[in-house]
Amino acid sequence: MHDKRVLQDDGTLHLRPGERARAILTSRAFMFVVLALLVLGFIIAAQAKGVSANSLLSLFVRGTLLGGTLALGAIGVTLVFAVLKMANFAHGDTMTFGAYIGLLIIMLLPKGPPLAPFSFGYEFLVALLIVVPLIGLFTFGLDQALFRPLRNRRAQPIMFAMASLGLAFGLRSLVYIFWGADFTFYYVGRARPAVELFAGVRVRPDQLFILGLAIVLIVGVYLLLERTKIGKAMRATADNPDLARVSGIDTNRVILWTWLIGGGLAAAGGMLYALDVQLRPEMGWWLLLPLFASVILGTLGNAYGALAGAFIIGIVWQVSSAFINPTYGHGIAFLVMVLVLLVRPQGLFGGRK
Amino acid sequence: MPLLTVESVVSGYGEMQVLNGVSLTVGQNEIVSIVGPNGAGKSTVMKLVFGLLKPWEGAVTFNGQTISGMAPEKLVKLGLSYVPQVDNVFPNLTVEENLDMGGYTRSGSLDEQKERVYELFPRLAERRRQRAGKMSGGERQMVAMGRALMLDPKLLMLDEPSAGLAPLLVDMIFEKVADINKAGVAVLMVEQNAKKSLALADRGYVLATGQNKVDGPGQKLLADPEVARLYLGG
Repeated sequence: MHDKRVLQDDGTLHLRPGERARAILTSRAFMFVVLALLVLGFIIAAQAKGVSANSLLSLFVRGTLLGGTLALGAIGVTLVFAVLKMANFAHGDTMTFGAYIGLLIIMLLPKGPPLAPFSFGYEFLVALLIVVPLIGLFTFGLDQALFRPLRNRRAQPIMFAMASLGLAFGLRSLVYIFWGADFTFYYVGRARPAVELFAGVRVRPDQLFILGLAIVLIVGVYLLLERTKIGKAMRATADNPDLARVSGIDTNRVILWTWLIGGGLAAAGGMLYALDVQLRPEMGWWLLLPLFASVILGTLGNAYGALAGAFIIGIVWQVSSAFINPTYGHGIAFLVMVLVLLVRPQGLFGGRK
Repeated sequence: MPLLTVESVVSGYGEMQVLNGVSLTVGQNEIVSIVGPNGAGKSTVMKLVFGLLKPWEGAVTFNGQTISGMAPEKLVKLGLSYVPQVDNVFPNLTVEENLDMGGYTRSGSLDEQKERVYELFPRLAERRRQRAGKMSGGERQMVAMGRALMLDPKLLMLDEPSAGLAPLLVDMIFEKVADINKAGVAVLMVEQNAKKSLALADRGYVLATGQNKVDGPGQKLLADPEVARLYLGG
């Protein structure tokens, strides 16, 4: 709708053919068409390889599940970008770190029976409740120690990128030091049977829990951003930081809440991802590319865009594995990101700058 | 005692000195207009009063209290409020949310303040759920002024409120400034539209090259042929 209006202001009738073609190519609708064609292409390629419709459907469901966990990370990346105008490359490793702190808490707690039909016991839920605010505060602390001095010095964006990259390596090293390089599980050796959901699509009950919790958290963030005073102040600061200051908005409080939400959701995403797959020191690092692909696809700084982007990337990633080796999943996320940057760098939800 | 006093202030950006000794006062319930050619330092004075720049020399006092270099959140609590010339709304927030942000430092309900803003600008009441970024220039100026009125300021500072607006809207904005003033709010404004703003103002200051040139009652400045020739473009 917005794009149309811009066109009208320019005088639609007076557009030269080349300009008109360009306007169409960079429109949001065209971007959706490209994405739809991409998925269609995948399905045709899968058919050509003899993959059944049933397993395609399974992959679609699994992509949705993955999208939920990706969204928890992507919202944090985009909020931090919106409020602090920095790309936080440590976000993936924050997820890892949260997952491992969760493991520590689970090991410290007395072990209870699994909460059927799930594979985890009460310890996992307790750990989640502790880890989310803990990592939220932890990331705020890191911000104050590392990024705040850079902000006060009005450092270049590249300095923030490098600092967050260093932080990423630092967090991962801590995981290597304390837990080693091997993969592990929250509950080693515990069976995780799958049940049939519908039409032969099999999922583990854990995965439904993961998606459910992800949705609850996302709705919580939505309510916080739309309904609460601090949420509105966060959006205002993202929109126009100077006017926010002039209005008397306490910028430091906004920054605190940005990290509480961003870091907290990252930790939750990390624990849920680890519950679904496994704990590996590199898990978050490998999620960084799909996270940024989601955020760029959904427009940098737009929380709802990041959500949409995460589900699209999750689905595209999983469905692509029907016809190419799943290890290339990252390549697919990368491909989508490059496509968006070339065709519509402002993403699906961005206006024309 | 004047509400706001700026006393022989010298200031600027980085190494560049823009204000070379500016003095002005705004009394209780007065409309004061600063006019002058481009680059005279008009907007810089506004930024200085609002603590976005620090005075190198001189002092700024509000209600008898020194406010030089005070943080904006403290200034709004003292009853000072500022509408920048550009980027003066939150584009992705609705009209109502913009007003909420104007009242951020006040805890409790803002309904009464919002109602007053909607009374002043009925157009905003109709569009309260619309995003400010999708509104016209005139409507945005209303949102910006409405936001600044949410804390019942004693002094409203407007930086070029009529810039870029159609003539009809310019008149409307000046009428609203008069209405706001009648409700007991002192106004300090900077204007390119010197004739109209001086006609409205109780007093005016002509600024050039970062210094006071002439000051006096608005009508008197308008009638002064020397002022008109040198600073008001004929």
